[in-house]
Amino acid sequence: MSASTIIFYVLATLVLVFGAITVFSRKIFRAAISLLLSLSFIAGIYLLWGMDFIAALQIIIYVGGIVVLIIFSIFLTHRAGEKLSKPLPKRLLSAGIMAVIGLGFTSWVVYNNAFAPAVTSGAVEPTVHNIGLQMLNYTSYGYVFPFEVINILLLAALVGSIVIAIKKTNKEEE
Amino acid sequence: MSSYDLSSVLIVALPALSFIFLGILGNRLKPRISGLIGTLSLATTAILALYVAAGYFFDFGNVGGTYVKHIALQFQWLKFTDNLSIDLGVVLDPISVMMLLVITIVSTMVHIYSINYMHGEEYFERYYAYLSLFSFSMLGLVIAVNIFQMYIFWELVGVSSFLLIGFFFTKPSAIAAAKKAFIVTRFADLGFLIGILMLSYGAKTLDFFVMIDRLTQVGSPYLASFTATSFIGMSTLSWALLLVFMGGAGKSAMFPLHIWLPDAMEGPTPVSALIHAATMVVAGVFLVARLFPIFAISAPDALLIIAYIGAFTALFSAVIACTQTDIKRVLAYSTISQIAYMMFALGVSGWGEGQTEGYTASMFHLFTHAFFKALLFLGAGAVIHAIHSNEMKDMGGLRKMLPITHITFLVACLAISGVPPFAGFFSKEAILSAAFHSQPGIFYIGLITSGLTAFYMFRLYFRIFWYNPVPKDSHNHEGHTWAMNIPLIILALGAAFAGFIPFGKFVSATGKAIDLPFHPMFSIAPVAIGLLGIGIAYILYGKNNDIADKISSALGGFYRAAYSKFYIDEIYLFVTKKILFNLVGRPAAWFDRNVVNGILINGSAAVTEATSETIKPIQSGRLQSYTMFFLGGVLLLAALLIIKFM
Amino acid sequence: MEQVPLSHVLILSSTLFFLGVYGFFSRRNLITMLMSVELILNSVNINFIAFNKYLFPHQLEGVFFTMFIIVVAAAEISLSIAIVINLYRRFKTIDIEDTTTMKF
Repeated sequence: MSASTIIFYVLATLVLVFGAITVFSRKIFRAAISLLLSLSFIAGIYLLWGMDFIAALQIIIYVGGIVVLIIFSIFLTHRAGEKLSKPLPKRLLSAGIMAVIGLGFTSWVVYNNAFAPAVTSGAVEPTVHNIGLQMLNYTSYGYVFPFEVINILLLAALVGSIVIAIKKTNKEEE
Repeated sequence: MSSYDLSSVLIVALPALSFIFLGILGNRLKPRISGLIGTLSLATTAILALYVAAGYFFDFGNVGGTYVKHIALQFQWLKFTDNLSIDLGVVLDPISVMMLLVITIVSTMVHIYSINYMHGEEYFERYYAYLSLFSFSMLGLVIAVNIFQMYIFWELVGVSSFLLIGFFFTKPSAIAAAKKAFIVTRFADLGFLIGILMLSYGAKTLDFFVMIDRLTQVGSPYLASFTATSFIGMSTLSWALLLVFMGGAGKSAMFPLHIWLPDAMEGPTPVSALIHAATMVVAGVFLVARLFPIFAISAPDALLIIAYIGAFTALFSAVIACTQTDIKRVLAYSTISQIAYMMFALGVSGWGEGQTEGYTASMFHLFTHAFFKALLFLGAGAVIHAIHSNEMKDMGGLRKMLPITHITFLVACLAISGVPPFAGFFSKEAILSAAFHSQPGIFYIGLITSGLTAFYMFRLYFRIFWYNPVPKDSHNHEGHTWAMNIPLIILALGAAFAGFIPFGKFVSATGKAIDLPFHPMFSIAPVAIGLLGIGIAYILYGKNNDIADKISSALGGFYRAAYSKFYIDEIYLFVTKKILFNLVGRPAAWFDRNVVNGILINGSAAVTEATSETIKPIQSGRLQSYTMFFLGGVLLLAALLIIKFM
Repeated sequence: MEQVPLSHVLILSSTLFFLGVYGFFSRRNLITMLMSVELILNSVNINFIAFNKYLFPHQLEGVFFTMFIIVVAAAEISLSIAIVINLYRRFKTIDIEDTTTMKF
């Protein structure tokens, strides 16, 4: 039992605990902050595995961008501080059943499958240098095309959210 | 195809074409033109019929001293099995050629007459189209090769009769009469159809001549199997023939299926002349004549029943005719009586040498009756046209105002009463002598009936032309209506002189010529009874007096019963309303309304509605339900695929 | 060095996934539903990275996919917030039970 495994289990437990608080809490700010913490601990797991680039991405985009955006929108649309209304009991029951069934099924599949590694040697270090080299490689197994498409997607999302959220001004009232 | 064959096919085809033409284009033509087209097409068929008759009777029909059948056209129309098929065709045979003559001549006369009678009528062109349809159906009936072909045209005749009786369709009584005629004859046709099926089952064919062949030869296996089983004392063959006769009895208005004929007088008078005097009502007689060899040789008991029904009907309707006051009703009952004469003449006839007199007499009477009955109806039409009423009490003293009508009507009355030398004398005498030689009881019934016939016909004649002074608001049309006068004159010539045709030479049961015996001694009785009837009518109705009323009040209940047609209509209404409607109609309607409509139709709609109501909440507009279903589906698919490929 | 077995990692990510699913179905507030969706996406990310590390150490596809998922999640969240704001303006509430006008 080495230190990394212990740290892994601790981090995993924290992720799950804060995820549960996000889902079960009746106060919206608590949910938002526990989401923030959960995502941070996931970044911690990534760091444990040596994927520092991804960990950095996680912190920057998820924690620093998305959760902040969520908190802003809470301010815009909700009287913060009030308790959230309770969900319908029927809804709770069906959701719970579905979640439990899904979890049971997935666990069963996971336990019945023997995951064997494909190749044991020749590991590539996931440094920024290697990632960039491999992704933007346009001769062998490169992901340039999806990269460009993702850019366009971002542009579309940007324009789209502005269009959806913009307030229509009445020109006749001028 | 020889010219005679072509002409005979044209005889049937021309009225059909005229019907189609007038039916589709009639309302775009001027009424005069459509009347002219109808009349011309029928006149052409009459000329062709004369041509074919001349050819048949004097030229090719006579093969070795016997008149044989000649098939002008025959083709297979509907095949059931190798041996059983419905053929359509044209056959020339002594009785069919005679009927062709009768139908086409009377129809042409009626067409000409209607040009004036129906002048100014709305739907004038439709009337001529219907007349052409009727002529086509009747012609098709008489030249039928196959019993099913005859059934098809039989039904067509029924339809045309319905259309023509209900021609004044805005009058409720006309509609009711048309329905009654159709329903009664249709009910009789049920028996006809069952009879056809039984006959074809026994003889294994639908062709007339093959059937006659198979069922009349003494050692024929078909005949043996047919007559093997019996039911209440009569063989299956007799029952089949009686059922076929039931169809004929419906069309020919035998008791108790006679109720539709008096009501059918609601139609226009020329229609009554054509259909209900000369042609359609003799279809039943024609049917029995067509199947006569089977009747006479293999089922003589059926023939006897026909004779008794005919005799009873003749007497029954003659009694009713003595009391009626509507002139068309008197003529209707007279028609029923005369057709019953023809029917019992067939009934008393046999097959052997010297026994087939009844057959020829019946056909002879059919021929002459067509002339004088059509004449009587057309004359009555002229009177109605002048007086604008059907009732006898509105008429009288018209002999000076309508001279041509008067003379022709008198000729017809003398003919029907059996006064020599008019046509009716010869044909009636032949019938009575045939009856005397085989069934004397029927002879006496026929004798009494002929006395009654003379009485009521001359009662009619005197009431119209003598009894009262001329009514105030009557017009003399005769000078202007040449189209009504010409047919009257032509038919009167026929009624006067047709008796001199040596009918036995041409038409007989076996095809060989027979001599209709003419015994002056024998004729004294019928003629005397006829003159007695005329005399009594003159005493009662020559001038206005109340002797007739005293006699009718003396007879009391019997007179009232006869006046109400012996309550037969009331019995029918009772049976249909109380018994049929309540026992059959009401449950059937209840079943239809509640089970078929309620359970099956409304029920299936309700089930569909309920199902859709239960499925509707799935589309709730709630995002989370949608995603739950989505996830459920994904899990299910994943489970299936993973477990399959595990 | 003994590694954590892959199955444990997968159990972690599945639990996180179904927590997110449960939160998505049972929450009434739209923003909290979006938070649950974030949890789901993150669990998938953990899965990809784990597979890359344990099963395919010589390739970097897992990393790429994770990057793409993060980017797409960001785009999607921004659009969802815009929709939520629009919805709030129309219905003056972001309770999902009150926004059922698209039903039968």
